Amino acid sequence: MIIKQLSVFLENRTGRLTELTGILAANDINISAFSIADTADYGILRMIVGRPEQAADVLKNHGFAVKVTEVVGMIVPHKPGGLHHALQIISENNVAIEYMYAFASGECNATVIIRADSLEKLIAVLQEHKMELLQKGDVYQL
Amino acid sequence: MIWNEHYECMERESLLKLQGTRLKEMVERVYYSVPFYRTRLQEKGIEPGDIQTIDDLRKLPFTTKQDLRDNYPFGLFAKPQQDVVRLHASSGTTGKSTVVGYTHNDIMMWSEVVARSLTMIGATRDDIIQVAYGYGLFTGGLGLHYGAEKIGASVIPISGGNTKKQLQLMEDFGSTLIACTPSYAAFLGEALIEEKIDPAAIKLRAGIFGAEPWSEEMRAQIEKLLRIKAYDIYGLSEIIGPGVSMECPCQKGMHIFEDHFIPEIINPDTCEVLPYGELGELVFTPATKEAMPLIRYRTRDLTRLHAEKCDCGRTLVRMEKCVGRSDDMLIIRGVNVFPSQVESVLLEMSETKPHYLLVVDRHNNLDILEVQVEVDEQFFSDEVKELEDLRRRIRANIASVLGLHAEIRLVEPGTIERSMGKAQRVVDKRKIH
Repeated sequence: MIIKQLSVFLENRTGRLTELTGILAANDINISAFSIADTADYGILRMIVGRPEQAADVLKNHGFAVKVTEVVGMIVPHKPGGLHHALQIISENNVAIEYMYAFASGECNATVIIRADSLEKLIAVLQEHKMELLQKGDVYQL
Repeated sequence: MIWNEHYECMERESLLKLQGTRLKEMVERVYYSVPFYRTRLQEKGIEPGDIQTIDDLRKLPFTTKQDLRDNYPFGLFAKPQQDVVRLHASSGTTGKSTVVGYTHNDIMMWSEVVARSLTMIGATRDDIIQVAYGYGLFTGGLGLHYGAEKIGASVIPISGGNTKKQLQLMEDFGSTLIACTPSYAAFLGEALIEEKIDPAAIKLRAGIFGAEPWSEEMRAQIEKLLRIKAYDIYGLSEIIGPGVSMECPCQKGMHIFEDHFIPEIINPDTCEVLPYGELGELVFTPATKEAMPLIRYRTRDLTRLHAEKCDCGRTLVRMEKCVGRSDDMLIIRGVNVFPSQVESVLLEMSETKPHYLLVVDRHNNLDILEVQVEVDEQFFSDEVKELEDLRRRIRANIASVLGLHAEIRLVEPGTIERSMGKAQRVVDKRKIH
């Protein structure tokens, strides 16, 4: 249920993100989803990639500050109220979300990547309410 | 104008003789009252009787800032606590300050040299002097204060900061002279324009600026902004504070009050004494100091000395504006900063590694310190709030050790240059020299 995400510290410098995507491309690593949290001086890139451990090693070798972090992927219907319903369940059960990002691929579903204060509790709550979760096997090839 | 013509215009031969006598007395005092110096002198096989004239000065060992730290707080005092009437301190590398003490006579001597400095630029009892140097452990405020009172001027002991009040009192009280750091002077000048104060309402005619390095360009800027003459004063707390030397209206360097502070220029690497006119490290022996007489104190300031008689009539040696330092100390907004202080802060914090770079710049005439710290995988959190919290804590710890606000910039690992030898820890973008 828990899936692995790469978090990378990036200085706000022109071309720095391009260097990173170039390294991943050269190593044949696909990016399934990503988001950037930015401040005045730096950003934190979070992404779901194929072969996260290998990707982390490659980036570390190129001098990036990389961390493999754990997140949960939740699938919601791609229609009005789909996300709202899921968030209601999460908040009613007192799970605090640290950050999240989402992407929709296709007509039916959207995927939401969530980092919460307790991933175990988040998974338990979502399963209890019959929400569909991303599985380790398929997630890296979204 | 000359405050003390006897000493300031003395024939050089008489002056050297006087220095010799004072040095001889000092070495004797120090030998019998400071165990540190007795050991040092004995190690070199020197007895007080070996020092008879000024030429014997070079036989003596040097004193460094490290010696002051090693003997923190009162180890180098030559007088018992009962005779010490004042303590000042400056920030030190590992949070420990450099402490200096003064007897009543030391304070009198200090007032005398500051009185000479003020008189040198024409200050009299008709003047109102706004002392905008910090009052407190820093020697600037009180140093100027006592000298100004000695000449009978009216002192406004406003201390540093509080710009609006500075301008208001300058206008209402009619300050004719101001003493502060040059960067603050320029800042005040700009504030004057911003506040749209009529220049005719300001009676300032000259300023006494020091405690940090400044350029001729900055002098021109201050003179234009405040419509005054800007004069350079030099000093360091280890020797006395401000008033070790002062610029006269001829502006051909700062006259060192050599009857009290015996200057030398040495090669900082070989410690060989250099002749007048050559660039080297400035060394002082404050021969008349009672509470803390230091033998050949290495200032780390690089400059030249000139001994030709000045057009102002003084025979005292002139020192040029310091062109740099022989160590890595930075002076930022009047505060002494050693890169090693930042290093010790980072080492004490478990989440940081001591890979850092200090970037000093000057924006709107105020010195800005930026500390770049590498983000390390071990402490890299992917949550912004955690990184921001780390940044806040580094900032707070640096502020408490340096006494100075620094901007913290987190940078990627490996971006700060590593070197095999002495690491490049400082980028100084201020154009001072």
